[in-house]
Amino acid sequence: MNEILEILLSVSFWAAALRIASPLILGTLGELVCERAGVLNLGIEGIMTAGAMAGWMAVYQGADLWTGVAVAAAIGMILGFIHGVFTVPLGLSQHVTGLGLTLLATSLSYFTYRMILPDVPSPPRIEAFQPLAIPYLSDLPIIGPAIFEQTPLTYFALIAVAVVAFVLYKTPLGLAVRSVGENPAAAEAQGIDVYAVRIGAVMVGSGLMAVGGAFLTMSAFNAFFFEMVAGRGWICIALVVFASWRPGKALLGAFLFGAFDAFQVRLQQVVGGDIPYQIFLMLPYLLSILALIVMSRRAAYPKALMIPYRKGER
Amino acid sequence: MNESVNRKPEDLVLRLRGITKQFGDLVANDAIDLDLARGEILALLGENGAGKTTLMNILFGHYVADAGEAHVADASGTLAPLRGGSPNASLLAGIGMVHQHFTLAENLSALDNIILGTDSLFRPWQRQRDARRKLAALMDRSGLLVDLDATVATLSVGERQRIEILKALYRDARILILDEPTAVLTPQESESLFATLRRLASDGLSVVFISHKLAEVLAISDRVTVLRGGQVVANVAAAGTDGPRLAEIMVGRPIPPTVRQPMAPGEAVLELAEVHVPGEHNRPALTDANLKVRRHEIIGIAGVSGNGQAALSNLICGLAAHDHGRFEIFGRTAVVGSPGRMIAAGVGRIPEDRLHDGIVNGMVVWENLLLEDYNRAKFVRAGFLRHGAARANARQVIEAFDVRCPGPEAATHLLSGGNIQKLILGRVLNREPGLILANQPTRGLDIGAVTYVHSRLLEARGAGAGVILISEDLDELLTLSDRIAVLYRGRLSPAMATEDVTIRRLGLMMAGQTSEGAAADAA
Repeated sequence: MNEILEILLSVSFWAAALRIASPLILGTLGELVCERAGVLNLGIEGIMTAGAMAGWMAVYQGADLWTGVAVAAAIGMILGFIHGVFTVPLGLSQHVTGLGLTLLATSLSYFTYRMILPDVPSPPRIEAFQPLAIPYLSDLPIIGPAIFEQTPLTYFALIAVAVVAFVLYKTPLGLAVRSVGENPAAAEAQGIDVYAVRIGAVMVGSGLMAVGGAFLTMSAFNAFFFEMVAGRGWICIALVVFASWRPGKALLGAFLFGAFDAFQVRLQQVVGGDIPYQIFLMLPYLLSILALIVMSRRAAYPKALMIPYRKGER
Repeated sequence: MNESVNRKPEDLVLRLRGITKQFGDLVANDAIDLDLARGEILALLGENGAGKTTLMNILFGHYVADAGEAHVADASGTLAPLRGGSPNASLLAGIGMVHQHFTLAENLSALDNIILGTDSLFRPWQRQRDARRKLAALMDRSGLLVDLDATVATLSVGERQRIEILKALYRDARILILDEPTAVLTPQESESLFATLRRLASDGLSVVFISHKLAEVLAISDRVTVLRGGQVVANVAAAGTDGPRLAEIMVGRPIPPTVRQPMAPGEAVLELAEVHVPGEHNRPALTDANLKVRRHEIIGIAGVSGNGQAALSNLICGLAAHDHGRFEIFGRTAVVGSPGRMIAAGVGRIPEDRLHDGIVNGMVVWENLLLEDYNRAKFVRAGFLRHGAARANARQVIEAFDVRCPGPEAATHLLSGGNIQKLILGRVLNREPGLILANQPTRGLDIGAVTYVHSRLLEARGAGAGVILISEDLDELLTLSDRIAVLYRGRLSPAMATEDVTIRRLGLMMAGQTSEGAAADAA
């Protein structure tokens, strides 16, 4: 028991939780933007992979880190545009298109990686983002080192939460996004171009997901591996439901998941070899499912989620 | 048929010439001309498919006309051509539309719904304070009071309609189009809507009022334009015409009035005593309902939809179960929760949503006619369907119930609403059920189909069936019912003899005022 308390009280645990949460924050936020506009984006897993590969590759080819992030976001937006065109004006099944996009983007990333780097013995490394202590704030006890000594991309994720929340709830654009996800006919009757808003939201959301993927290769690790996204995209889909489509709660959900994950790693070291390590790996997922059940049984979906809108049909 | 109405050309706010719209082979609008003057209330009258909604959807930019031109007066009063196919262009030209199915986002507040799309999407913040100030003035002037901060999901139908009208006024609409605005309102709410419209019209707003209800058209409008088969068949001043004449113009032939002969009721076919049906969120859908239906009797159930009609109808069809109370059918305790056993016991069901709950879209006519009888010995032999008997049955129903279709093999989804309803009617009545549940049996049907359904229900009553008629159409209830009960928030009032009730009293009860209160109000 004492050991568990010790884990929970250590600064490194909370810092790790936020670090692990960062790609999830961005992915969840991206998915949330898509779904608020009424489009489920199951391409997330592939888009994160593509972002991880593209951002890393740009830097490996000599670009600076922030250019790499921009490249990842651009690739994400292009993939989002594809998803948007198929699901919005063409009205195809969002499930099928999204899964197809995940397969395409994942395979394309691996293929491109192998084409550009045909024979490297071990994954090459780049000079990744380094932790950046924010002056004054990082001097705060416990919170300081836990939150304000992260890499710039984690700050980016936290700022993105605030920006998305502000845009969604305080601007005409956010109002338009929320209305096309709830009742596109209402938005159209008010002169809003439903297709444009939906495609735009899917593109921006996909860009955020791709940056979430890039976090893995440019902040967490400094190389690109196959299978490195490892289902994080799917976790984000669940986290959106957990968050009831609210950016603040998305941050909370992603952070909780990160905490579970950081916790299980440390618990493994404490409890030792009696329990198979796979049990520990399962822990964050089990706890997520539990949290999902507790938090989201009465989640209010955006009413037009997954329903294609066809102009003139009413 | 056209009477010249005195109008100076400079007063025109809308001029349509030769508007034509075709959907496949169907000519929905055939060279329609229409004028609307400043401050005028014009009723657009016509049956389903006459082209009313199509015309207005063209005007509002949802559809693009194949031919014809539309001119709308700008702020200075000069007529300017309207760019078609863009709701935004129509909004900018000063046209506001209240759709039949409201176009409100339920997760947003009333204010958000109103200001949605009025600012540039790339403005970094909303001008909420200005919007509130403008809306306060508008509400003051029009009498349309709305709680701006309430989420639409929590608001009543009447309130939602007020938001829809405010939406148009907020954008400085000079022309307001209302598509079947009273369909979901109680009579009192309709009255207050009419009062608002008159006030707005006297302020200079021009109103196009789409309806197929004659009485309200005559009550509200200055002028009536009647559409039939996509063409303008009449354009008359409301003061110079009357209901029967308009009905004849609208339908194209005289309509015989439906008459209910008094009858002595027989033994009870349905009895509910203190029946309680659970609903969502731990709220009862039906509370302590008492009802007795006898043979040779039609019991009307009035009420704004969503007040427990679904629970009552599901209970009687076997789709829902009560958790306490007594529920007897034909003198025996009913086995609840089994639609099949209800049908076998002699309950006939005419569902509210005929496309969703009445037929299977992908099946042909004879298959749909078999849905409730597929296991009867007549149609089955050794576990196999007897196709010959089933088709013969279909031919007989098509003949007896005047279902206009190519034959038993016709695809059901190609039939019109009226013919689908006749098909369902045939399926139910052919079995000669002792108890018929008719839930909104004429909603959305043409006058011709409506009178047909009415006459068939009266016929079944004459043959000894007890009928429960759930309807939002008070005229229908007063014409057909022997007794009428009102549903409000899951509570069923005692059934009153039709002779003793008035539309006004029903309206008050539908809005939740008790009969005592109504009596006091009337006194």
